[in-house]
Amino acid sequence: MSEQSKVSANFSSLPVILLLGLVSLPLVLMYAYLLLDTVSNSEAGSLIPSEFTLEHWSFLWQMKPGKPNIWLVTLNTFIFASCITAVILIVSSMAGYVLSRLNLPARGFFLAGVMVLHAFPSVTLIIAIFIVLQYIGLYNSLVGVILVKSAIDLPLGIWLMKGFYDTVPWEIEMAGIVDGASRFAVWRRLVLPQIKPAIMALGLFSFLTGWSEFILPQVLAPGAHVQVLSVYLASLIADDNNFDFATFKAVGVFYVIPVLILYVFFQKHLMNIYGGGTKG
Amino acid sequence: MRILLDKFSKSFGATKVIEDMDLNVGSGEMLALLGPSGCGKSTTLFAICGIHRPTSGRILFGNRDVTSLSSQERNVGVVFQSYALYPHMTVAENIGFPLTVRRMTAAEINKRVAEIAALVHIDNLLDRKPSQLSGGQQQRVALARALIRRPDVLLLDEPLANLDAKLRLEMRSEIRRLQKETGITAILVTHDQVEAMSMCDRIAIMKAGEIVQIATPSEMYNDPRTAFVAGFLGNPPISFLTGRAKQGAFALDDGGLKLPLAALSGIPDGTALTLGIRPEHFGIGGDVPVEGKVTFAETQGRENLYDVVLPDGSALRSIQPARSDVKPGDSVRWSLDSKAALVFGEDGRRL
Ligand SMILES: Nc1ncnc2c1ncn2[C@@H]1O[C@H](COP(=O)(O)OP(=O)(O)OP(=O)(O)O)[C@@H](O)[C@H]1O
Ligand SMILES: [Mg+2]
Repeated sequence: MSEQSKVSANFSSLPVILLLGLVSLPLVLMYAYLLLDTVSNSEAGSLIPSEFTLEHWSFLWQMKPGKPNIWLVTLNTFIFASCITAVILIVSSMAGYVLSRLNLPARGFFLAGVMVLHAFPSVTLIIAIFIVLQYIGLYNSLVGVILVKSAIDLPLGIWLMKGFYDTVPWEIEMAGIVDGASRFAVWRRLVLPQIKPAIMALGLFSFLTGWSEFILPQVLAPGAHVQVLSVYLASLIADDNNFDFATFKAVGVFYVIPVLILYVFFQKHLMNIYGGGTKG
Repeated sequence: MRILLDKFSKSFGATKVIEDMDLNVGSGEMLALLGPSGCGKSTTLFAICGIHRPTSGRILFGNRDVTSLSSQERNVGVVFQSYALYPHMTVAENIGFPLTVRRMTAAEINKRVAEIAALVHIDNLLDRKPSQLSGGQQQRVALARALIRRPDVLLLDEPLANLDAKLRLEMRSEIRRLQKETGITAILVTHDQVEAMSMCDRIAIMKAGEIVQIATPSEMYNDPRTAFVAGFLGNPPISFLTGRAKQGAFALDDGGLKLPLAALSGIPDGTALTLGIRPEHFGIGGDVPVEGKVTFAETQGRENLYDVVLPDGSALRSIQPARSDVKPGDSVRWSLDSKAALVFGEDGRRL
């Protein structure tokens, strides 16, 4: 990574930077206005803000009528994303290993199955899932929607983990077994550390998809006590009576801040999952 | 501890790799498994350490039948061809790993690691990661890791393949010294015949999943049982002439060379034969003169190597003390040592 970010000598970087700057200018402007708008008021029809105000951020300390507490919603979102990450990491790191290494019966069937499930458009299942959750009493609960979301994301995680395990040399495991370690200890202490960058990447990836998930919580857990941020955000503009655009923007900014922070700190790890290499 | 393979067979699905192999390695002995690529050397080794289950047959350590024991219960030290060091652990953690999984105390592990590291001369590298070591150092770490829990059996799968010539020479004597010092029964897999001959008490030559011959290095060199064995041992390699039996002598098809051999009495005339002549038995000081043309000359410093083509097109190799009077293109009349010639029948068996 560090080598790539150094300016290479065989071409001038100035034109490239200029061009990129020009192309991304509209986006940057939009973000700038979004931020500006949340802390200011402007005259109708004018683009120039006329006064500074924090009233749009008042949702942080005031309950809006008919809306749940924002901090409860944030906590829900956090629990939702974290649990999904935990489930996906635990299950796919084990399942990926089994599919990559162990000689289990019907291995080809499982591999193909994972592939098909990954390609399957899960939204089509949503009515069936709704009925099932209703039936077993997990409708309108965080547990239910966590289970569903993890299950839908698992095939990708398993497939990715299998790919990373495939790159770990066999000899390391053989050496571990000959050294007297059990199969589980070999996995836990010798193989898992080799794919740590992949675990990091998948964990982050799962957290982010969990954080931004909208459809599943909207359909399966819309209740006030289990609402997540995306659903809360949508309810702001769905409400025709007190349509508050500025608050909607402020909540939106509030919603992406954690994502931005994660990206800033962990983008190196996240690149791993797309690069497919294990060189952290 | 003695290792015994009894009618050991191994197949992967439908491919039979090893069939009915019998092998006995004495206690404290070092045996070389020598053979061309793909003949089943690693497979045999992996069966002994328990990574592969034999398809049939038994494996015994001492008098204990270990055929159905898992690797973990066998107490075998293995040095893999690629060393297989654990990249995320330091050298000390690598070496101590077999003890860590046995739940020894940290103090005891440190003591044993320091001991074994001193034995293989890597005590100054204990805090490094494997990626910060040279090939030879990695190899010694692998060796230390294999030796630390005092295994009954030490298995080495081409441990020197990745080293340069000088380091290889050093490591050869070092491994042998360690093996003798610790008195461990060892099996060394290699396809380098020099390595096998210089390091081991006995050599087993394998071909296509079978042991062709098993003997001490000098026996094997002087008394090979088949043409394959004769061709495998020796550097520069032996050269072969094809011809027929004629009144108790070996004769080239064009009649250019006639070599009376005791081994050929009673062999009917016209039987197809192969004659093997080692390079050191052709040159000056033999008893049967041969005429030919030098096509290739190479000096190796102390000795010179020549290829001589006979009138019928077959070639003989000769190695002689360095001399400067023979050049490629010269016709020479050198002589063969008929007592040292090896003669093989059509099926490759020695007569
Ligand atoms: N897991 C496996 N499945 C199928 N065939 C295998 C397997 N492992 C080895 N073989 C086959 O068994 C034969 C012997 O392999 P082995 O690794 O023992 O060779 P080797 O003598 O160690 O060769 P080399 O000197 O190249 O290491 C080869 O033909 C190989 O293709
Ligand atoms: Mg091999």
